[in-house]
Amino acid sequence: MSTEPQSGTDLESGQAGSPPNPDKGDMVRKEATQGRAASMLIAPSIVVLTIVILYPVVSAVFQSFQKDAGLDSATGLFVAGGFAGIANYTHWILQQCTAGGVSVPCPPGTLGAQFWSSISTTFFFTVVTVILETAIGFGMAVIMARTFRGRGLLRASVLVPWAIPTAVTAKLWFFIFAFEGIANKMFGTSILWTGSENPARAGIIIADVWKTTPFMALLILAGLQIIPADVYEAAKVDGVTAWQRFRHITLPLVKPALLVAVLFRTLDALRMYDLPQIMTGGANNTTTLSILVVQEIRSGNFNSASALSTITFILIFLVALIFVKALGVNAVETTTVSGRGKAK
Amino acid sequence: MKRSMKLAPVAMLGAVALVLTACSSSTTGGTATGPAASGLAGRGPITYVQGKDNSNVVKPLVATWNAAHPKEQVTFKEQTDSADQQHDDLVQNFQAKNPNYDVMSVDVIWTAEFAAKGWLQPLKGKQALDTSAMLPSTVKTATYNKVMYAAPVTTDGGILYYRKDLVPTPPKTWDEMMGMCTIAKAKKIGCYAGQFFKYEGLTVNSAEAVNSAGGTILGTDGKATVTSADAKKGLQNLATAYANGNIPKEAITFKEEEGRLAFENGKLMFLRNWPYVYNLAKTDGSSKVKETFAMAPLPGVTGPGASSLGGHNAAISVYSKNKATAADFLKFLTSTAQQKAFVSQGSLAPILTALYDDPALAAKSPYLPVLKTSLENAVPRPVTPFYPAVSKAVQDNAYGAIKGEVPVDKAMANMQKAIQAAGAQ
Repeated sequence: MSTEPQSGTDLESGQAGSPPNPDKGDMVRKEATQGRAASMLIAPSIVVLTIVILYPVVSAVFQSFQKDAGLDSATGLFVAGGFAGIANYTHWILQQCTAGGVSVPCPPGTLGAQFWSSISTTFFFTVVTVILETAIGFGMAVIMARTFRGRGLLRASVLVPWAIPTAVTAKLWFFIFAFEGIANKMFGTSILWTGSENPARAGIIIADVWKTTPFMALLILAGLQIIPADVYEAAKVDGVTAWQRFRHITLPLVKPALLVAVLFRTLDALRMYDLPQIMTGGANNTTTLSILVVQEIRSGNFNSASALSTITFILIFLVALIFVKALGVNAVETTTVSGRGKAK
Repeated sequence: MKRSMKLAPVAMLGAVALVLTACSSSTTGGTATGPAASGLAGRGPITYVQGKDNSNVVKPLVATWNAAHPKEQVTFKEQTDSADQQHDDLVQNFQAKNPNYDVMSVDVIWTAEFAAKGWLQPLKGKQALDTSAMLPSTVKTATYNKVMYAAPVTTDGGILYYRKDLVPTPPKTWDEMMGMCTIAKAKKIGCYAGQFFKYEGLTVNSAEAVNSAGGTILGTDGKATVTSADAKKGLQNLATAYANGNIPKEAITFKEEEGRLAFENGKLMFLRNWPYVYNLAKTDGSSKVKETFAMAPLPGVTGPGASSLGGHNAAISVYSKNKATAADFLKFLTSTAQQKAFVSQGSLAPILTALYDDPALAAKSPYLPVLKTSLENAVPRPVTPFYPAVSKAVQDNAYGAIKGEVPVDKAMANMQKAIQAAGAQ
């Protein structure tokens, strides 16, 4: 704390010796020095965050308004594109391509033609996998929360799929769903899993649910474990049925944790890349937004890829906003409330 | 004062971000005279960049060079196994104008893109190479806009693997091959397969079908030419064969490996694949066709078909400081001795025509004579700076047509438009 009982540079009075309100002046000064010290202390992390988070975001937005390099037909060399306005955005959203200097609707076989279909694919995967993972994960969490012999073993083994890197999972399921693979051998079928839309999507969903359900189960389990046991005991004493206990005790009390888990999972699923990329390469309507971004980068069109990333970013941001506003998920609230309280 | 204190970090964030953005926005552009004109006579140590040296060919090669050139040592920088990562690594280093990437191995399909970006040293004047002994089709893969930008180092072509126990003489034409499919049907095995899953392999196979039928993907002026009658006939051949079962249903999921395994399991009579299959089908413990398969050139309309080309070229970066040494190193890579090492050590097909008739090499790699016919009739995949987009236009539309979802006429019209939209006009 401050070692000077009375401030010599009191801002309020300007006079030493007769401070009308020494406490207030001292506080202002203290806050100022504390503020400066705090800025100094957080400066390194701000610089790091700026470089690794803010700079790429700003840079991507900046680039998305630049034209991609075009070919100079005289020299056969690329020339810088210059300012593009919103052309990169209309390219995706209105699916307009340029052919021979004229704007035409993107024909099949271009990345631009896949924009809306990849959005619907991404949301389809997100909705289906999140619903399945939440339902199955809830069931697993309820079982894992019980006390029984071998509970530790069960909890550890449930985590195995989550511990395997996604790329490895994808390769495993790729082999399982090959024409001569285990899936067809086991069920005696001859389905071309990666050869048409519905089986390909089903395969990716199965692989994703297999991999990510343990993560949901673990988050929900954490929520279940903070429910005090005496609530259940009291309910039991009152003769409440198991279903009523679940409906009126478990669900409301686990809801905050559940919503956070669903939010995280949704945001994660919206940027799904590795599973469809490795299992189908995006064929048969399994191209997600992230795959489209990477394909556009690989084509050398960094600026229009930046526009697409920005669109993806806005979409995911909107989804998160809807979750926070409409469903009242408080993933961040506790920290901001206390932070705001201190500041005022 | 308090307000400004609060805003200071925000302002700083913004300022740093803007500065960084400004720094990075140096654009790529035509570098016709700048870096391409400097360092031409430079001699000294250089770096050779290539993907993972799986069969240990590059290290002995570099050691041989270094023993002979103590003042112009070559350092080998090994990239990863994945072609996409190699491409990204090269692009990043070119954008950073890294002078330490002197000579790099460039996939045939990237050569035009890098050349158009102004990143590759034109092989003119002192850097010029004698191409008279090389397979002409491999030289085409290294030539963009009538200028040679790279030295062909290794190549690859498609081969027809067939079951000699079922078909004593291999088919010379596509129609002949389709006629033989009754034999496969009687044996209840698939008749013909290539790589028909939707990926780069489908571009290779579709281009072969189109070129073998006399069509082209891009004309000599670089414009799309897939709506010609010949081009349509090529793709129609594949679509018809898939519809009538000569190409088995599961072939739509085949990449190289799936097709190889099906062939080795005796479930296919004809397989279009690369030369690497030969050794595996001969030696794999699980191969059921070790003694019963043979190789032939791909079938065409009247004679051998037109294979697409794989392989790698070696190019000099315009940012290199020792381009004289680099040019010597390219000559070294294409010399007879090193080309022999590529084929005997790494099973990588050489680019020198004479080596295909070398009896010692042919004894060790019996696919060489067949591959020679294949390469003599080969057509490079479209040489265009927009290769990824052109390839996507081909594979997306060919996939729909082969599966019968889109009529060939419509698919080809869409392919034409998509190639035009890709920037190749």
